[in-house]
Amino acid sequence: MLVHSRTGKWAARALFLVLFVPLFALPLLVILAASFATNWSGAFPSGPTAGHYTSAVRGESLQALTTSLVTALAASLLALTAGSWAALAAAALKKNGKRVLDALFMLPVAVPSVVVGLAVLVAFSQPPMLLNGTRWIVILAHTVLVTAFAYQSVSAAILRLDPVYEQAAASLGARPSYVLWKVKLPLLLPSLNAAAGLCFALSMGELSATMMLYPPDWMPLPVQIFTATDRGSLFTGSAVAVVLMGTTLLVLLAVSRIRTRASFR
Amino acid sequence: MTSGIRFDNVSVAYGGNTVLDSLDLTVEPGEVMALLGPSGSGKTTALRAVAGFVQPVSGRVFIGERDVTRLPPYRRGIGMVVQQYALFPHLRVEDNVAFGLKAQKAVKDEIPGRVAEALDMTGMASYAKRYPRELSGGQQQRVAIARALAIRPGVLLLDEPLSALDAQLRSGMLAELARLHRELPDVSILYVTHDQVEALTLADRIAVMDKARLQDCGTPQQLYRRPTTEFTASFVGNANLLPVTVGGEGAGVVSFAGTSLNVATGGATSGATATLCVRPHLVGLGEGPNALRGTVTEVQWRGATHRLYVDVGGHRLKADLRELRATPELGEEVTVHFAAEDAVLLGAGVSDG
Repeated sequence: MLVHSRTGKWAARALFLVLFVPLFALPLLVILAASFATNWSGAFPSGPTAGHYTSAVRGESLQALTTSLVTALAASLLALTAGSWAALAAAALKKNGKRVLDALFMLPVAVPSVVVGLAVLVAFSQPPMLLNGTRWIVILAHTVLVTAFAYQSVSAAILRLDPVYEQAAASLGARPSYVLWKVKLPLLLPSLNAAAGLCFALSMGELSATMMLYPPDWMPLPVQIFTATDRGSLFTGSAVAVVLMGTTLLVLLAVSRIRTRASFR
Repeated sequence: MTSGIRFDNVSVAYGGNTVLDSLDLTVEPGEVMALLGPSGSGKTTALRAVAGFVQPVSGRVFIGERDVTRLPPYRRGIGMVVQQYALFPHLRVEDNVAFGLKAQKAVKDEIPGRVAEALDMTGMASYAKRYPRELSGGQQQRVAIARALAIRPGVLLLDEPLSALDAQLRSGMLAELARLHRELPDVSILYVTHDQVEALTLADRIAVMDKARLQDCGTPQQLYRRPTTEFTASFVGNANLLPVTVGGEGAGVVSFAGTSLNVATGGATSGATATLCVRPHLVGLGEGPNALRGTVTEVQWRGATHRLYVDVGGHRLKADLRELRATPELGEEVTVHFAAEDAVLLGAGVSDG
């Protein structure tokens, strides 16, 4: 819908602000405000302090941040590899085969993540597949959850990729593997990059499956926020949440900078 | 290395829908063969069968002596240029041209020389460091041709290579392609186009396709001057197709709309219906042999020529005349004529009872 009149444009802007500010911006601003407060009993927080941040970037919290970063990085790399591979394989399949693969990779998204967490827990608690109690079970669960998104975005990108490039390369005598490495993957690079960013962000915020799985020595940041607020340290939790938000945004920004350089060609 | 292309009874179908019907065609080594036809005629499918992007349901495709029907595209040794160029956007011009050589693991030291040679041949040497998006359409097409030539293919497949270019650029590129073929006399070229001018200009022979079938094949002169089917006559150049009846007073006479015309009838049976093909630019205004009287229904000025539409006994006759000083009025009665040797009788002897 395009609005052309001047009043119409202002009305649309006002509507955007009315919807966006309370729904999206305000909750985040509240967290930001709470992270600097010691007391919040009236309409506004009081007792401004930066004290929560000193604890939010030290000791336990710092360790949780590293844990989250390592988990998200490992899970998104694994998911990107598996998801892209599956998407490339699915693209070569016939219609029915592709539909089956699409459905399989949709499963972890369709099923509630608590269920996925429980399933992973039950499946990997018995030898010889004993991963319970190790950090690997967390990374594995995150990988399972985000692979679906990697698969979907890479699948969509492959669909948009004009087959003439592949055919031109083949007519020049390039084997399929050479075409994959020298033509298809470079052309898919912007989408792979975007998929990596999405996977990373999702993994950084994953809580429900992680709650069922995390061992004591591998507590990701969302779990820490949850436990902090759960035992009543709302303001400390807020500060940690702001750290989580900031770190994720920074990484996404870096990733998108690489993407603009890749798609500029 | 000289190698032609041979289609041996090749049929291609997509889900029960035949898009190429038992094609038999041989492109001699070093020959330029144009596949000419309207869209959906199967000409591009024929080219893709040579490239290996479609698999025939029956028949065989040969490149040189080699049966390539079951070979994957990358083992066929072809060069191909398509309408939308398909240059790799992430590679510089020189890397695009070197792509085939690197993919085929050519000797490393030879690659720069052969890339330079291919770029020189197409006049793109000074653009080697550019990316495709920094080039115009015509330049991109030259790079695409250089890329196809760098691997020194025995056959070159061109799929509507000039369709995306504007008219002026197109005639320039036509001359370029003709020059390239003179410089590479051993390369067989299969040239798919829907543009009769491109086919007439460039091809040694033209294969006319329609409705998934080969309709006609011959040199441009043969097809233009002595077409054998109505489709060829109307698709290769313009044509007046007049329904006539063979016979009348004496041999070499046909009757059209009540007028007797003298044309070469060959061995046509008297009384049979046939089609008389007369090129519009061979029709003259005024009295002459084979004069026909009719009324002017439309006059179009086309710069160098006037196109007159004349209604003769209910049939529309087109005449392309050198620019007229005084154009006839609409509805005016005029006489047009054509020489007996300029008319070709089609489908004679076949009575459409």
